[in-house]
Amino acid sequence: MYVAVKGGERAIDNAHAWLAEERRGDSSVPELSLAQIKEQMALAVNRVMAEGSLYDPDLAALAIKQARGDLIEAIFLIRAYRTTLPRLGGSEPIATEDMACDRRVSATFKDAPGGQVLGPTFDYTHRLLDFKLAAEGAVAAAPVAPTHEGHTPHIMSFLDKEGLIQPEPPGPDVPDDLTRTPLELPASRALRLQSLTRGDEGFVLGMAYSTQRGYARNHAFVAELRIGVVAVEMEIAELGFAIEIGEITVTECETVNQFQGSKTEPPQFTRGYGLVFGMTERKAISMALVDRALRWKELGEDNLGAPAQDEEFVLYHCDNIQATGFLEHIKLPHYVDFQSELELIRKLRREAQGNMSQEAAQ
Amino acid sequence: MSDYNFAYLDEQTKRMIRRAILKGLAIPGYQVPFASREMPMPYGWGTGGVQVSAAVLKPDDTFKVIDQGADDTTNAVSIRRFFQKTAGVAVTEATEEASVIQTRHRIPEAELRADQILVYQVPIPEPLRFLEPSEVETRKMHALEEYGLMHVKLYEDISQHGDIATAYAYPVKVEGRYVMDPSPIPKFDNPKLKMAGIQLFGAGREQRIYAIPPYTDVVSLDFEDYPFQPTKADHACDLCGAEDSYLDELIMDDAGKRMFMCSDTDYCATRRKGGHIGAQGAPHREDAA
Repeated sequence: MYVAVKGGERAIDNAHAWLAEERRGDSSVPELSLAQIKEQMALAVNRVMAEGSLYDPDLAALAIKQARGDLIEAIFLIRAYRTTLPRLGGSEPIATEDMACDRRVSATFKDAPGGQVLGPTFDYTHRLLDFKLAAEGAVAAAPVAPTHEGHTPHIMSFLDKEGLIQPEPPGPDVPDDLTRTPLELPASRALRLQSLTRGDEGFVLGMAYSTQRGYARNHAFVAELRIGVVAVEMEIAELGFAIEIGEITVTECETVNQFQGSKTEPPQFTRGYGLVFGMTERKAISMALVDRALRWKELGEDNLGAPAQDEEFVLYHCDNIQATGFLEHIKLPHYVDFQSELELIRKLRREAQGNMSQEAAQ
Repeated sequence: MSDYNFAYLDEQTKRMIRRAILKGLAIPGYQVPFASREMPMPYGWGTGGVQVSAAVLKPDDTFKVIDQGADDTTNAVSIRRFFQKTAGVAVTEATEEASVIQTRHRIPEAELRADQILVYQVPIPEPLRFLEPSEVETRKMHALEEYGLMHVKLYEDISQHGDIATAYAYPVKVEGRYVMDPSPIPKFDNPKLKMAGIQLFGAGREQRIYAIPPYTDVVSLDFEDYPFQPTKADHACDLCGAEDSYLDELIMDDAGKRMFMCSDTDYCATRRKGGHIGAQGAPHREDAA
């Protein structure tokens, strides 16, 4: 006599209770506060905001806490929350040339107006574990230099004045919105950039790296990388003009890439572009390289069949929320489809073995 | 959950989804792109079905969710609870009481009526996907009704294995026009695709909705000399004795002893209530399965 397995509801409730306990960990260790996460895990918070497509450090910190530090899970929480928010309107384009830069480096010019500012970077730290951090202690204040006031011109604008950089064709006044319309191909550059800026950092990094190793190599120089605070302005219909509604930190990367020129045009530099929420420079540089690789058709280059040139491949697979969901769904029961495969393979083997023994008998 | 709208999605989103559904019903078997939303459950776990259900549910509906034919599998429980919480609709495990049924991988054994809607969760909506990975190409193939590749695949199966080696997600042609993926239902279920109820298919991650209106012709692809054959395990249900239902195979002990039971838990329970008992079945008790 057999009684079928039941109890899915209770199992789910108990699993959630256990998860909550595990999330908290040893209760004799003080609980993490959201402020601690926001202040001391700032780069994790930035990644969650960037790939979650929602600029809110407090919510990102909450998501990281709830997700036990699993950043893709945290990004998922933010995305699911974001999609329920009403869309009030679109902002004006941010003016990154007016950014209050914390960091601004150019690999193409030794110096330029606005200067080179290293900012709080890991770049020249020696990657030696700092055991002092294992003990708690105060950090000495960093020296402060006078801030550079106002406008920091883009390095690209100097190349532009000489006509050395390919001018960007103007886009539509209101770009397509990846989150409101289904992605259809070929995608506009605006849609590609939206997709890349929220794409998985690891995936975009891997794609970018593949271009450097020769899969659609486009020889990128970092013309400029800048990180800092920009104002967000929005035109309010009742007022008839734009007002500042807040400030966000973004990372912007422009790469300058060589282009052979064509019969009608002399050689010109071309551009790859990356713009990501928060201090996220690995992602922004990667994004710029992949953006440039995806522009092969528009720039009259050959399709080399490289993964980074294939917009369908890149755009359909860079979203880690889509990818992780579909990947992990294979944990769900599949016994109905598996059963049909079982029956089929048994039948095919019966027939094959029948044929073999017939042949052996002959 | 009072922070959320009825059935979670905002009305604008629901209208967008309903437009896609209506277009799907107007062009049976055609995959309509829609601006799928991030849902609070992962992509690949039924977000397409959930969005379609959210768009069709009314406050007076009775909702049923099955996964692998069963109401009590964990993901079915999770989705049912989601709509209990966000829509407050009545839920049931009885197929005939339900006005909207969301399913993964099965069509209920009981025949559906004209006043019922069956919502399928679809992982990969494109029947040609594993023959041609590019969406740009497959959309072209559908537009040109270019389905030769699919027939070649079925033919190659026969030449290699002596049989069509597709056991689930078996491709169908809808109303003589579009080749469609019926979602990973076992091919045993394919003949039921022509039915009185409305069938809606939602693929959230892939951003596609498609539909089969009532009584639409749905033909499983085959050859004259190799006709389509729905198959199931060659057993009767060990619990209710049914010989006409799709069966799950269970491993009972370390020696690998097997038993078979209906995958459709409501069908099985209803039969046992009606006094049918299989080889290893017990008479129906309310507190048991």
